[in-house]
Amino acid sequence: MSTHTLSVLVENKPGVLAHVAALFSRRAFNISSLSVGPTSDERVSRMTIVVDGASTPVDQVHKQLEKLVRVLKVVELAEDAAVERELALIKVQARPELRAELLDIAAAFRANVVDLDHDTVVLEAVCSPGNLDSLLAQLERHGVRELVRTGLIAIGRGGSTITDEDQVGEVAA
Amino acid sequence: MEVTGAQALVRSLECQGVDIVFGLPGGAILPAYDPLRSSSLRHVLVRHEQGAGHAAEGYAWATGRVGVCMATSGPGATNLVTALADAYMDSVPIVAITGQVATAMIGTDAFQESDITGITAPITKHNELVTDVGRIPAAIAEAFHIASSGRPGPVLVDLPKDILQARCPWSWPPVMDLPGYKVPGPPEAARIAEAARLLHRARRPVLYVGGGVVKSDSHEALRELAEVTQAPVTTTLMARGAFPDAHPLALGMPGMHGMYAAVTALQECDLIVALGARFDDRVTGKLAAFAPGAKVVHADIDPAEIGKNRQPDVAIVGDLGVVLAELARAARELVAAHGPTDTAEWIARTSGWKRCYPLRYTQDADGPLKPQHVVERLSAMTGGDAILVAGVGQHQMHASQHYSFTRPRGWINSGGLGTMGFAVPAAMGAQIGRPGELVVAIDGDGCFQMTAQELATCAIEGLPIKVLIFNNGFLGMVRQWQELFYEERYSEVHLGTSIPDYVKLAEAYGCVGLRCEQAGDVDAVLEKALAVTDVPTVVDFRTHDAEGVFPMVPAGHSNDDIVLGPEFTAAEQQAATRREVIAR
Repeated sequence: MSTHTLSVLVENKPGVLAHVAALFSRRAFNISSLSVGPTSDERVSRMTIVVDGASTPVDQVHKQLEKLVRVLKVVELAEDAAVERELALIKVQARPELRAELLDIAAAFRANVVDLDHDTVVLEAVCSPGNLDSLLAQLERHGVRELVRTGLIAIGRGGSTITDEDQVGEVAA
Repeated sequence: MEVTGAQALVRSLECQGVDIVFGLPGGAILPAYDPLRSSSLRHVLVRHEQGAGHAAEGYAWATGRVGVCMATSGPGATNLVTALADAYMDSVPIVAITGQVATAMIGTDAFQESDITGITAPITKHNELVTDVGRIPAAIAEAFHIASSGRPGPVLVDLPKDILQARCPWSWPPVMDLPGYKVPGPPEAARIAEAARLLHRARRPVLYVGGGVVKSDSHEALRELAEVTQAPVTTTLMARGAFPDAHPLALGMPGMHGMYAAVTALQECDLIVALGARFDDRVTGKLAAFAPGAKVVHADIDPAEIGKNRQPDVAIVGDLGVVLAELARAARELVAAHGPTDTAEWIARTSGWKRCYPLRYTQDADGPLKPQHVVERLSAMTGGDAILVAGVGQHQMHASQHYSFTRPRGWINSGGLGTMGFAVPAAMGAQIGRPGELVVAIDGDGCFQMTAQELATCAIEGLPIKVLIFNNGFLGMVRQWQELFYEERYSEVHLGTSIPDYVKLAEAYGCVGLRCEQAGDVDAVLEKALAVTDVPTVVDFRTHDAEGVFPMVPAGHSNDDIVLGPEFTAAEQQAATRREVIAR
């Protein structure tokens, strides 16, 4: 699957998520994940949208998002020019005799134990997209009871920022 | 000074220059209707909110200004949905004002509550639920700005009842807050130059003209570009009238029911210059087989249209008014510097196609009345200068094909959405927008019955629109598809010609009702209809029920598979498939 990561700055106003969701539905765009959160400017929220490029024309996603009135900026982050992370909370079967092996796996992926019960642990993992899949594959043998993923978030590498040289600066001004 | 939200709304509309509002009041929008009484706005009380929406569209199509419709919450608002979807597909600038239940009631399934901003998010250019009375002027100003700028479209403003009743200070103009709204700037000079060079070098160019040329009022620059470069011109269903049909370079309409010459010229050309057109499936047929040898210049104000269906060689994003003026200038300079374009052979060929494979039908003097004949007589009697409005189906195609359009904004129809019932209310809006002019709705009997109630509105408002019903007793286009693609297994397409009695219905609505059953009577009946100046006239034309629309490219087929229809011999069809020009 060829995925593309779009960072989208939107006005922090009611109905914005509905407009974005309606666009994806209306245009039959397939998305792998979407995460939303505030930015350092309270008037602006940031969405990270991962699009499946095989089934969805990414250029159209980009341009149609740009047309939404409440969308301030759309930037595609190339994989090699961005730091991409996803947080997962994973509830794993942890029988006492296998618990040491489980913790070794967690340590290898720098996942933390954030809850412990007599036969389960909850791991908190912050991974790049490929690593999370590898971790989950390893944990599968132990039995993943429940999984929550935030969806990918991403930020460009280097000194430049998404708000450089554009209208978002004017919003802040 | 302080005003209520309702007063702020009405004043904002006045300040915005609105002169006409089509609407129907109800509970949640009631506060707005009180200050409306003493305002400068003319309110036209429709009989169904869908009529208000299409009337606003007709007004916008005819005038180029923003049409306004107003409805109450819940069912009032949802009745606008079809018109909003129609306006979205055809990029028609309208603003819809809807009442909403009071803010404290939103989400409680209150009486006449509907989430109209949620419902219309995918079919509006923008919408907003206003929750602060102080924002009303800005919300209205923004709605008009968004609806009319860039690629036009519908905008809905939803106003809860308590917001309309609350008070706020009044001032105008408001500060618009649209940091994310972008309208394309001037086109890139290098792209214009590149496009002009391609056009100057092309041996088989076609200008593929869409609705954007009408919306940007750039028909004069288009004509200049065509004449300077000697490039033949096709005008899509959305652009009929943008280039006069009688012009020697006019090829007519392309697409599924397009003229053979237009369809085939696009297939054979070496350069398409697409101007405010969107490579719609009804134009391209099977996309992969469309214009296989053509380079493409695509100019549009909406960057998302560039490459959506066909990847262009040269993309120009910008207002077509500017694009066409600059293209024409660049073309003129190239002709001055390097000599005229070399398209004479191509024009001879496309003209030959026009001559050999024209629109053809047979009207026997005592045979059944053909819809094409009615359109041709209307075209001749009005000199092509009527404002023609159509619904959707066979009558729409016959009207578009057989009327000889002379000017832009003289053709109004539902192109993208294909909304049956569009014609009568859209004609109402067009007539109000252009009061002194002749507005003629050509409608099918199926379409007419979907929105005929607006005849009451037209009669009461004294609007002398003409409604020519092509009454063949069938949902004709569906019938045609069942005939061609379902081996004549007709399923649920027969409406019958006599119920209702359209003459009596017209009279009951306070209109003039006429009937015409024979070709020999068409002129006299049309003359009678055209002479009425104070109320609408409805003419029940009893047209041939088995008449099809041709030429036709079957859905999903390549445009190479164009079928000329039963009026042509097998030999002619074969010659057409070989793209031959037959000597007379």
